[in-house]
Amino acid sequence: MTESFAVNFAIAAPEVFLAVATMGLLVAGVIMGDKSARLITWLALATLAGYAALALAGLANGAGAAFSGALVADRFAVFAKVVIAIGAGLTLLLSDSFMQKEKLSRFEFPVLGLLAVLGMGMMVSAGDIIAVYMGIELQSLALYVMAAFNRDSLRSSEAGLKYFVLGALSSGLLLYGLSLIFGATGATDFDSIAAALAQEESLMFTIGLVFAISGLAFKVSAAPFHMWTPDVYEGAPTPVTAFLAAAPKFAAMALFARVLVGPFGEFIGDWQQVIVALAGISIGVGVFGALAQSNIKRLMAYSSIANMGYALMGLAAGTQNGVNGLLIYMTIYLLSVIGVFACILAMRRKDGMVEQIDDLAGLSQTNPGIAVALSMLMLSVAGLPPFAGFIAKLYVFMAALDAGLVLLAVFAALGTVVGAFYYLRIVKLIWFDEPAQGFVRPGRTVAYTAFGSAALAFPILVVFIFPLISQAGAAASALFS
Amino acid sequence: MILQAIAFWILAGVAVSAAFMVVAARNPVRSVMWLILTFFTTAGLFVLIGAEFLAMLLVVVYVGAVAVLFLFVVMMLDVDFVELKQGFLQYMPVGALIALIMLAEMAFVGASWAASRGEAAAQPPAIPVSASNIEAIGAVLYTEYVYFFQAAGMVLLVAMIGAIVLTLRHREGVKRQDIGKQVGRKRDEAVELVDIEQGEGIG
Repeated sequence: MTESFAVNFAIAAPEVFLAVATMGLLVAGVIMGDKSARLITWLALATLAGYAALALAGLANGAGAAFSGALVADRFAVFAKVVIAIGAGLTLLLSDSFMQKEKLSRFEFPVLGLLAVLGMGMMVSAGDIIAVYMGIELQSLALYVMAAFNRDSLRSSEAGLKYFVLGALSSGLLLYGLSLIFGATGATDFDSIAAALAQEESLMFTIGLVFAISGLAFKVSAAPFHMWTPDVYEGAPTPVTAFLAAAPKFAAMALFARVLVGPFGEFIGDWQQVIVALAGISIGVGVFGALAQSNIKRLMAYSSIANMGYALMGLAAGTQNGVNGLLIYMTIYLLSVIGVFACILAMRRKDGMVEQIDDLAGLSQTNPGIAVALSMLMLSVAGLPPFAGFIAKLYVFMAALDAGLVLLAVFAALGTVVGAFYYLRIVKLIWFDEPAQGFVRPGRTVAYTAFGSAALAFPILVVFIFPLISQAGAAASALFS
Repeated sequence: MILQAIAFWILAGVAVSAAFMVVAARNPVRSVMWLILTFFTTAGLFVLIGAEFLAMLLVVVYVGAVAVLFLFVVMMLDVDFVELKQGFLQYMPVGALIALIMLAEMAFVGASWAASRGEAAAQPPAIPVSASNIEAIGAVLYTEYVYFFQAAGMVLLVAMIGAIVLTLRHREGVKRQDIGKQVGRKRDEAVELVDIEQGEGIG
């Protein structure tokens, strides 16, 4: 008993470390007060680095599962955890100066961010439907609070409340679906569920699966479960929006892949059509919804809906190539979106933040650095060659075509063309319009993040792209072994 | 067996109708009362399947704590529920449609479950008869399910932090007790000796 406990602990070491360090930071913050917010943020970044390092160190022991299979530590989980740590770390870093300037600087913010990361870690390494649910709740609950963090702002409170109520609804859907799966199979861990399903597949399971997919689709904000996204993106403080847009999306997508191709991989006939529909509707809603937006955060919300559609296309293929494409797509999207939000955070005039797309007019003359970075990121997210976003799209399109989803691929390609319009409109505003009032000089972290992210979006850095592709490939194969 | 079936149908019927009344009641305080009835009948259902510990928990935690808290909130917040329900009729058709779809789905599920009743896969794990409920839960809660137990603890921690972050305000100008200051007060700060002439007062 004691020995197996030690083994469990070793496998769960990253999560245990993260949980203990987070509680330590919480206590330190309470003792030192809100003055310590900056210090706690830096310590939180160190914690995330430690989390990723421990996850990587666990690779040496090979894949393993702890707590009767509830926590799986395989290459897929490690890959996801490292990307999540990077995404969460960068967005926390971006938040610091914004929070100071807006007088929101409180030590609870990085602590909540770490707790959300803990939930994401549980999600991506879940091997049991209870672990799936607990991870999602831990992550979502922290995010609801973060969205409402600016409690004196009506819009922020509204965003938090809306997110909470709709999130609770989606959790209900998910739980209902999971309980039906439990009812159909009599087990909660993925292996036993797969074994029970191999004997007999029931209608109860199929309906449960569809409910569970609906609940998960809400978390990745795939249409038609996207209603909350524009309002929450717009209302939440900008660094929170960046946080929401990066790591949680990746985690939910990774969980999606783990659940669907893991225990339910045999039943691709049951879920493929649902995912294809979700992907198609998301792309349609995303690109057409974005056309009418004038607020850049709302625009990014619709852009994320469309991008989730493309990522789901990889999942819809249901093959190893598909999951590989999904991981590559989500990683590149995560890095790009952080850069875009760094640029949005740089949109500050003397009298405060501005968020309208028109405020970007003539940015090339007032702030050429940010203008170049934002243009490159927009071209990358639009999927134009030779930017990284093109490589990402290439992988998911190839996977979908290989799996015979020609109609979806054609629809998605048309969606890319429509989508290119509003990304290019921003580029045009930046370079060819009369300059609006300039922005104040952005802080160093914001500028460096924007430049770094833009540099990664440009394929000169093959140093980055090739390792990413091979690592994602290894991670995807872990799900299929 | 027949007695159990009768008890089940009565309890289930009351639970469902009470749950309906929670939504339908005009007065929110009555809604909470109906909710309490729902909890009680559900506890009865738990007893029927032999999970008496869960039944007790439901009564103690949900009726004793959660429902009372609801009552406090409903009574203290002056929410005009009649106004909140203004759009109710407007959304009724869509809601009813979704409810019907859900009902049909559940009927399908029930039918398919009934059809495959003999299959081992569709049966819930048996309740151990040798141990009492509490022993059975206690044997696995901190061992096999320790991960979920700890995860639930983290979720509660987030809820606690969230409640504090969103509601705690340090308002200016509020006089708070400062024990250190109280104890550290010197005699000459606190007491002033004044000589007062007879019949003149201090002013």
